[in-house]
Amino acid sequence: MRDTPRMGRDLLKVDNLEAFYGESHVLHGVTIEVAEGEVVTLLGRNGAGKTTTLKSIMGMVARRTGSVRYDGKEIIALASNVIARLGIAICPEERGIFASLSVEENMLLPPVVRPGGMTLAEIYTLFPNLAERRRSQGTKLSGGEQQMLAIGRILRTGATLLLLDEPTEGLAPVIVQKIGDVIRDLKARGFTVLLVEQNFRFAATVADRHYIMEDGRVVDMLRTEDIPANMEKLHNFLGV
Amino acid sequence: MIFELLGVPPQALFGQLLLGLINGAFYAMLSLGLAVIFGLMNVINFTHGAQYMMGAFVAWLGLKYLGVNYWLALVLAPIVVGASGIILEQLLLKRLYHLDHLYGLLLTFGLALIIEGLFRHQYGSSGQPYAIPDALKGSQNLGFMFLPNYRAWVVVGSLIFCLGTWFVIERTKLGAYLRAATENPQLVRAFGINVPRMIMLTYGFGVGLAALAGVMAAPIQQVNPLMGSNLMVVVFAVVVIGGMGSIMGSIVTGFALGVVEGLTKVFYPEASNTVIFVIMAIVLLIKPAGLFGRTR
Repeated sequence: MRDTPRMGRDLLKVDNLEAFYGESHVLHGVTIEVAEGEVVTLLGRNGAGKTTTLKSIMGMVARRTGSVRYDGKEIIALASNVIARLGIAICPEERGIFASLSVEENMLLPPVVRPGGMTLAEIYTLFPNLAERRRSQGTKLSGGEQQMLAIGRILRTGATLLLLDEPTEGLAPVIVQKIGDVIRDLKARGFTVLLVEQNFRFAATVADRHYIMEDGRVVDMLRTEDIPANMEKLHNFLGV
Repeated sequence: MIFELLGVPPQALFGQLLLGLINGAFYAMLSLGLAVIFGLMNVINFTHGAQYMMGAFVAWLGLKYLGVNYWLALVLAPIVVGASGIILEQLLLKRLYHLDHLYGLLLTFGLALIIEGLFRHQYGSSGQPYAIPDALKGSQNLGFMFLPNYRAWVVVGSLIFCLGTWFVIERTKLGAYLRAATENPQLVRAFGINVPRMIMLTYGFGVGLAALAGVMAAPIQQVNPLMGSNLMVVVFAVVVIGGMGSIMGSIVTGFALGVVEGLTKVFYPEASNTVIFVIMAIVLLIKPAGLFGRTR
């Protein structure tokens, strides 16, 4: 299955994206494409611009130029609440679980923006731990459970493009495996995923293609089946 | 029996207790509005006292020129003053969110001085009387004291408004958006919520709550341009004691400090004007974030 990525129409086309935080110029012309139903990763070291790319797509970086087209529509100048309503959802790196909300309130927080999202029952089937702890305070969960909550809550909304920022960061191997299962499950359900990762071994188990970023630019693109032949190059770029 | 031991007549004790509860009702409503505004916007709204005064004036002017009665004023004044707050937020406050909250404080403080100055210029500093509505005239004989109906309404009414606000914020979906946006507005916005509009309406609501308190105060106090600034000195001490940004904290602290102030008047009248500030100093030493506050 993995070696025949579904080449649907382009759902996301990012062209020559530049982004700035105050005085510092963080992205220098990022160009990526993600087809409908594809799982694509952004690989790179810390500070390569992976998170900023996701946030810029989501409209969460104040100064950005270039072009971001989603489903054929230019969204570079839109506010993030408008972008969300078009069907893009983000799972941030710091997870963003709200301490003043219970697990279930966290789960129900993102509004449904279009039909076709998963039901609460389906999400709880995917993450049984969360169902058991639905009355707990959101931040009382373990790191892995918080990560699952952060992913789970954006599946209800009907968003079709999921931006996942390092969902495996700091988690035990058994949880990382579980997250991998979930991402494969999401792909099977037809979600399109743009995933930020530092760990290409994990990325290779879930994604179709990989963009390699360095210093705010995309420097290479690899298909998963090309990874074994390019190990040396990957080691150079990622420093692992 | 117990009163003889304490050496105070029961009438004095219950009288001051009631007075304390009434003051506490205003402390609670005003500090609640401040807490809601501060929680979401990180703005310490120094205009709050002026907006409370505006609420009382809208009631007084409405009655004098338009025949708007007390009950209608309870609805209209919060809407009118809340709308003026929204205009303020859109024109001025909005521009300061990216700066330190000292700037919001200075702006709202300056605005309070201007608003109070304008009202003083127009209406003078002497108070204008506002009659108790007919339905709430008279009092109940409780056996140990007379309870004026209007004062009972102030205590019960403000409890209802405070607990209603608490319920909306802590127990509803809308409140969940508010709580979440208090923690991480950027992410809530990225989920598709129009956070700037929510901030605008929250400011309008907090200001409206101040105006509502102003209408309720009109028949008790004289309606006068400085009624807000006199009260706000104590309310800010209440907010510091309760902890900025805690909803239930500001309600409980407001009522409790009103009662403490009342009891001090019975047992040691000399300290009644300072007791709240003494408590504030002690709380600041022991728990700088306030009794119900979270450090952040």
